[in-house]
Amino acid sequence: MIEFLRAVKGRAYPRVIGALREPSWMLWDTFLPLLSLSAYVFVYRSLHAPREFEGFVILGGIMTAYWLNVLWGMASQFYWEKETGNLQYYIMAPASLESILAGMALGGMFGTTTRAIGILLLGTWLFKVDMSVTNPYLLLLIFVICLAAMYAMGMMFSSLFLLWGREAWVTSSLFEEPIYFLSGQNFPVKALGPYLSMAASIIPLTLGLDAMRQLIFPSSIKFALMDPYLELIFLSILTIVYLFLAKVFLRKMENIGKTKGTILTRWL
Amino acid sequence: MYAIEVRNLWRTFKTRDGVVEALRDVNLKIKKGELFGLLGPNGAGKTTLIRILTTLLLPTKGEAYVWGYSTATEERKIRPIINMVSGGEYSGYGLLTVKENLWMFSQFYGIPGKVAKRRIEYLARRLKFEDILNKKVRNLSTGQRQKMNVARAFLTDPKVIFLDEPTLGLDVEVARVIRDFVKEWLLENDERTVLLTTHYMHEAEELCDRIAIINEGRIIALDTSDNLKKLVSREFSLVLRIHPKINISWINKIEGVQKYLTREEENGLRVRIIMSREESIADVVDGIIKHGAKISYLKKEEPTLEDVFLKLTGRGLE
Ligand SMILES: Nc1ncnc2c1ncn2[C@@H]1O[C@H](COP(=O)(O)OP(=O)(O)O)[C@@H](O)[C@H]1O
Ligand SMILES: [Mg+2]
Repeated sequence: MIEFLRAVKGRAYPRVIGALREPSWMLWDTFLPLLSLSAYVFVYRSLHAPREFEGFVILGGIMTAYWLNVLWGMASQFYWEKETGNLQYYIMAPASLESILAGMALGGMFGTTTRAIGILLLGTWLFKVDMSVTNPYLLLLIFVICLAAMYAMGMMFSSLFLLWGREAWVTSSLFEEPIYFLSGQNFPVKALGPYLSMAASIIPLTLGLDAMRQLIFPSSIKFALMDPYLELIFLSILTIVYLFLAKVFLRKMENIGKTKGTILTRWL
Repeated sequence: MYAIEVRNLWRTFKTRDGVVEALRDVNLKIKKGELFGLLGPNGAGKTTLIRILTTLLLPTKGEAYVWGYSTATEERKIRPIINMVSGGEYSGYGLLTVKENLWMFSQFYGIPGKVAKRRIEYLARRLKFEDILNKKVRNLSTGQRQKMNVARAFLTDPKVIFLDEPTLGLDVEVARVIRDFVKEWLLENDERTVLLTTHYMHEAEELCDRIAIINEGRIIALDTSDNLKKLVSREFSLVLRIHPKINISWINKIEGVQKYLTREEENGLRVRIIMSREESIADVVDGIIKHGAKISYLKKEEPTLEDVFLKLTGRGLE
């Protein structure tokens, strides 16, 4: 157990350092999302949409920052580690790959949180968003479980993307846009209709955003997909399912790698 | 029990261009405390063998054991007691300092922070890189990077260490430091075992207790360096520099010429001939002059491992 935690700490470390040691990245990571957020805000304003929509945009921006980290910092990470030559040392070490993934996730969450706070503070100040949190504990719980589900999904994809090889990058980019749309980053998912929004719900971002919206902007409840408590339960189930699948795919990836010999060789 | 034992090991790879037989019926028994060398040219199968022994790859046929444990089924027992360095390797994160990178890797082996810190300082002293401990990895030179990689592997105090062409592309000085360190490390504890692969014959000759010569996936000779050289003891080698470049395939017809190797040089050739008849040296010299070339250097040398390889395979090591 203590070995597991040491490995987690070890792998989280470079990300924590990365987040703090390169302040210029922090600036970019905060400003660029804010820029695209303000575009949405102005569109909504010109359409005379309800004011809550501007709040949705900021909440969406924050959660998107995490989602991007899941895609680029988790899902494609093993592929990247193979290219840089670290993966063989991770596999060879007595530490489990699970602990390495957990370290990446925690480090990634930390790094992204430093950006998310920036987006939150600047965004609410710039657009004078009015939030009235009804149940802060539930909100926090949903936020944490939503992150857990998202990063668990990233862990699952990390092995799959490695097996898919070079296509991983393409796949990652493919996941970017449709998911903004499906998860209703900037508008309520319910607008998608019942079937599509159900399908979108296997993406943790969808349920998490929907739940958090209701808790932060009570007047938006009429647009909501379902009750936040129900969403909390679904998110917890998603977390467990994704973690389980992540473990299954890890073993599969390691096995295929050892049998075919394609996973460790850089140019293959 | 052997530190490393390999029995009838085969490994094939399926590629787009067909099937590659990277290892063919390899058998090895390496004793605890040995510094064992695997000498062979590029593509001989050295890295493939190391990957199997370090639990990164499964054999197609046959078995491999490290410290008595099967590499295929008991990797959990093997991983804590081994480590590996490979030449030209990149590991770690450019953003971290050397010290931070080393600490990170130590954490995957469950080494307590304080112990890790002490070992890092010790290795930095021994490998002479104390000056770069706080330098970011992305700013290191090739030699500095490789010293860090060596430290990364030795940091976990392995029983068996695999060095896969560890001095590849390094300048003489850094290679010297690394070789000396490996030799001393082995002496400190008589169970420590090293498997070194290389295509530098001098490195194999200087470091290794025993050497296996590997070519096209097969081990074609295995003995101490001195005994291997006895394979060519009746022979000597003749090294020549000639210019301009001429075709010298006629050399094979001279009596006593066994094998020869050429390497192109600036406006000429470097030729290495294994011969068993001193009287024929004159014929070689005459022939070259008759073909219109000049000889700028000629030396009769004691046989080296390269000559052993040349005699066994008909080709050079590099
Ligand atoms: N993962 C792989 N897939 C396909 N062929 C491979 C793979 N790894 C090695 N090979 C092939 O196996 C042979 C031996 O390679 P290798 O063990 O790397 O040799 P060495 O380390 O002695 O240079 C080469 O022909 C190489 O191309
Ligand atoms: Mg190799």
